[in-house]
Amino acid sequence: MRRVLTALALIATAAPALAQQSTAPEIPGSDSTADHSKFEILQKEFTSGPEVTEACLSCHTEADDQVMHSIHFNWEFENPRTGELLGKRNVINAFCGNVVGNEPRCTSCHAGYGWDDMHQPPPQQSTAVDCLVCHDRSGQYTKLATGAGHPPMEAKGKTITGADAWAVDLSKAAMSVGLPGRENCGQCHFYGGGGDNVKHGDLSSALVMPDVHTDVHMSPDGANMVCTDCHVTEKHQWAGSRYDVHATDPEGTGRPGERRRVATCESCHGTEPHPVDIKGMKLNDHTDVVACQTCHIPTMAKGGVATKTWWDWSTAGKRDAEGNAYSEEEFVQSDGKHLHTYLSIKGDFRWEEEAQPIYEWFDGQVSYASAAQGGKIDPTQPVGINEIAGDAHDGKSRIWPFKKMEGRQAYDSVNDTLVYSHVWGPDTDTALWTNLDWGKAIAAGMKAAGKEYSGEYGFIDTYMYWPTTHMVAPASEALDCQSCHAEDGRLANIAGAFMPGTGGSAMAGLLGKILFALALLGVLGHALLRLFSRKGEP
Amino acid sequence: MSSRMVKVYPRFERLWHWTQMTLIFVLLFTGLGLNGVHGLLPFGPAVMLHTIAALVLLCVWIFATFWLFTTGTWRQFIPKMRGMTKVARFYAWGIFRGEKHPYHKLLWRKHNPLQAITYFGLKILVFPAIWITGILYLTYNLWEEVPNATLWLTVIANLHVLAAWVIASFVVVHVYLLTVGHGFRQHVAPMVTGYDCIDLTHEQEAYLETNEPWRLQS
Repeated sequence: MRRVLTALALIATAAPALAQQSTAPEIPGSDSTADHSKFEILQKEFTSGPEVTEACLSCHTEADDQVMHSIHFNWEFENPRTGELLGKRNVINAFCGNVVGNEPRCTSCHAGYGWDDMHQPPPQQSTAVDCLVCHDRSGQYTKLATGAGHPPMEAKGKTITGADAWAVDLSKAAMSVGLPGRENCGQCHFYGGGGDNVKHGDLSSALVMPDVHTDVHMSPDGANMVCTDCHVTEKHQWAGSRYDVHATDPEGTGRPGERRRVATCESCHGTEPHPVDIKGMKLNDHTDVVACQTCHIPTMAKGGVATKTWWDWSTAGKRDAEGNAYSEEEFVQSDGKHLHTYLSIKGDFRWEEEAQPIYEWFDGQVSYASAAQGGKIDPTQPVGINEIAGDAHDGKSRIWPFKKMEGRQAYDSVNDTLVYSHVWGPDTDTALWTNLDWGKAIAAGMKAAGKEYSGEYGFIDTYMYWPTTHMVAPASEALDCQSCHAEDGRLANIAGAFMPGTGGSAMAGLLGKILFALALLGVLGHALLRLFSRKGEP
Repeated sequence: MSSRMVKVYPRFERLWHWTQMTLIFVLLFTGLGLNGVHGLLPFGPAVMLHTIAALVLLCVWIFATFWLFTTGTWRQFIPKMRGMTKVARFYAWGIFRGEKHPYHKLLWRKHNPLQAITYFGLKILVFPAIWITGILYLTYNLWEEVPNATLWLTVIANLHVLAAWVIASFVVVHVYLLTVGHGFRQHVAPMVTGYDCIDLTHEQEAYLETNEPWRLQS
């Protein structure tokens, strides 16, 4: 009897506490037939992530194999259109540069455990898969910023979102599992490039609990959707790729019950999404050449989180009077937070909030061919880290919005290639972020990447395109017609299209005005003559 | 021969005229806005208004064409050279000398030769130009697959705008000419009341008095 009472008392006190600790938002429509807190195999102390994975695999026998074949695990992607071997493992980007040589900092966001050497494929034992990072629903699982994917087991260091680390309760996480919520995907994807919304512009922590203005789909006041509602999966493979974009989807929705394999707007909204009235029909006429995103995402970096638009690595390395690294925080975000505009370890930054995208014809093909893989560059021109393909007349391109990331990056000034750099390494005497010495950092980075390096470096202007597709505004906030149909409209740079209102009929307009002026003059002259002859009609 | 006030503009024709006038003004106003002449209406609402007005005008024109042919009124608009030089000379010279307008309206010829040829040109050239280009402009997506569609659209849009300016110029001259002769109010009146001063033959007068007395005013 006493045991029962004690148990009751425990439940009574524990229940509200549990409810409070569960910070993860409810996943809409999750009505699983399995309550993982009832599985005995999960009701124990776990001391490491792989131990949890082992327990998961005892039931989900094929999950490890599926995940290990995904881009989340391999960080490698062979572009079927261009044949390029892409993925984080291989490319240089316009942010922190490269993964190789900077493990385990960069691999802290790997969907696995213990990948600390980019020269090797990710660890291949089945328990190297991190189930919890996507499926934890307790809201307290995280990864250590420098732990090659492992969670913090004590309150030391930082997490991958930049927060102070806490000791993760693996048992609680294991018993909480469910389908991924926005914050699961977000703890890596919202913080790419080294901070909140630094990289994408349209993916930030504002999407964990966005208002409708920020994202009509993901807002709890809107459709309350999660990432995987659009990025549908099959065998742990996700639809929707930035490397190989579905720039146009003429197929639209599937038949009822049909499995959708694409993460396009059309896959839910169809190819003629506007109502069949006189305005809607005209808007539907646009969908073959204008991506939905162009009108429906008027600005990115909404919800109070700015995005980095300029990163000048060339100014990194400066020290203050005492010889120490320093920082400046000149950009004030709308939530009052000050963001770095200079860091000795990273150089100068510019930020933008509610940023207007740039627009280009886009057929979905993003090419990283040369520069991003260490190929030759032309140092007299700004270097495209990636290039986007498409034009008005290929029948498959649409006008898409992009974030254009710009900045200055290091390159080999003799061999004319972008360089790999060793930025992270608290214990090395070559890492830039430890020693503030570019020469050493580049030499070490090139060695780690196995690339030829002349020993001479310089800095060059670079840019990189990031297709904008999240942070869809409510229909009422979509772009007005005259945002583009005006002489200095948003699409003024777009070639090969006839856009009424942008001056395309200026020649006829001029001729017409002359004709009209002549008519007026003629009439006026006639009237004057009548007046002065004074012999006109009564 | 006697001059009588005869109803020559039946109700439908007057309704047609004034509806057409209103719609043309709406179309010119919105269209010029769309082409950057003024910025009094946002682009979207201007396009909608322009499209709706154009579709209504097309309907009016379909009715009017039907009416012109079923009633035989179309004959009024067939240009004839007879008297043309006299009228032209009047506008270019005689009007300044205080001469009288040389044309006398007949029952089946209520327009003077210059008027007739102008209206004929409008009906056969300018109006078709504006509605054919307009419909092609509006339905671009139905024919965008043809080679060089963007170029064709540019040509079509330019022709559309040019035709619009021709119509605007017509409106200026048309309105101005109402001030010539008997004066503005007297010229507008027939299109309001339907009655105009017409030279009737005795046979015509007798016919009208016997069969259509309501067409004769006092």
